[in-house]
Amino acid sequence: MLQMKPFEYIVAPSVDDAARALGSRADARVLAGGTDLIVQLKSGRREAGLIVDVKRIPELTAIAMNADGLRLGAAAACIHIAANRDVRTHYPALAEVAALIGGTAIQGRASIGGNLCNAAPSADAVPLLIALSASARVAGPAGRREIAVEDFCIAPGKNALAPGEFLVEIFIPKPASGTRAKYLRFIPRNEMDIAVAGVGVAATVVDGKITMARLALASVASTPLFVREVGGALEGQAPSAALIEQAAALAQAAARPISDMRAPADYRRHLCGVLSRRALSAVLG
Amino acid sequence: MKTQVSMILNGEPVEFLAEPRQTLLECLRDTLHLTGTKEGCGDGNCGSCCVTLDGNLVTSCLVLGVEAQGRNVTTIEGIARGNDLHPLQKAFIDHAALQCGICTPGFIVAANALLDAEPDADEERIRAWLANNLCRCTGYDKIVRAVQAAAKEMR
Repeated sequence: MLQMKPFEYIVAPSVDDAARALGSRADARVLAGGTDLIVQLKSGRREAGLIVDVKRIPELTAIAMNADGLRLGAAAACIHIAANRDVRTHYPALAEVAALIGGTAIQGRASIGGNLCNAAPSADAVPLLIALSASARVAGPAGRREIAVEDFCIAPGKNALAPGEFLVEIFIPKPASGTRAKYLRFIPRNEMDIAVAGVGVAATVVDGKITMARLALASVASTPLFVREVGGALEGQAPSAALIEQAAALAQAAARPISDMRAPADYRRHLCGVLSRRALSAVLG
Repeated sequence: MKTQVSMILNGEPVEFLAEPRQTLLECLRDTLHLTGTKEGCGDGNCGSCCVTLDGNLVTSCLVLGVEAQGRNVTTIEGIARGNDLHPLQKAFIDHAALQCGICTPGFIVAANALLDAEPDADEERIRAWLANNLCRCTGYDKIVRAVQAAAKEMR
């Protein structure tokens, strides 16, 4: 049996308690769903002297909608996000992506907060969160602050959290009327796979004009990649096939993929064009 | 240092001692001697160690035993109805939906979680739900047919 090295374990009852525990030693790690952390501890890729379980903090498992938007607790499990009525009504693309990460038994534990904190370039939820203008609300020894999701991942496996800081919730503003969003990825299997390339888009169309458009890419850079220039090309225009082609070409040009066991770089660039065209067509068509 | 853990296991309260680093899978098999739950990959890919935790399907290799404090856990040993096999268990036998059997407890626990939530699940849904469970012997068709047959009987 694969075994982990010994560590201490505490259940944090509140955000303040968790912040204190995480600030108390450099080798403290946050445990939410554990589907990345426990694998990393078993393989030796990460070490921990103290595990701080944050799942019993009500704020961290809440999925709460109000007039401003959605507060998604950092440890809320994907299965609960995918089934949530408010998420399905106001953020259907988010419900879809929550049902896409890993498989069923992974979704019973894995959280979208963890998908973000793990900072994999291939994280399925992150391009969509960027497209939806989400922000990460974090707490730590210096108090609370907010980080735009596009600034949260800084390198493969590295995020913008300072020592002792942890993710409390993800805030997603309520989309303006006329907004649609979509995440598309390419995987060689039907399920349970890591994106060869992925595209998250959100766009608002009012009276035949695009008033907002945001696009971000997965698996084609060292972090999830926000392609700001797509918004510049689309906003103020009327949707058309030619415009979508132009925007998809911008997304393809922005990709900076590597070649690895999943795909060569050229193929990933090609996929960025195809998936961007399809995703933009889905939200603008 | 071991911690005392109390949980409900297959409907009965149990208490056991666990080191924080021990997975729920390890506690079930080595401490509580319920060896129906199997370890395949140990990293959440194969689904052999599926149990439900407060009703949610999880891979017990990626749960710490100490996390189960106060929770409700159901394993393959809690699936049969007294001395009668569960319709899923009967269907797996009737359809020869196993060969070596290592993946079978995980498949049955996972399929049971699906049919609890979605009694009308169709073949496509069954295949998608069970994508987290790997079988290297059967090629899946017999497993899917067994789950479809059990679902029909349970409706």
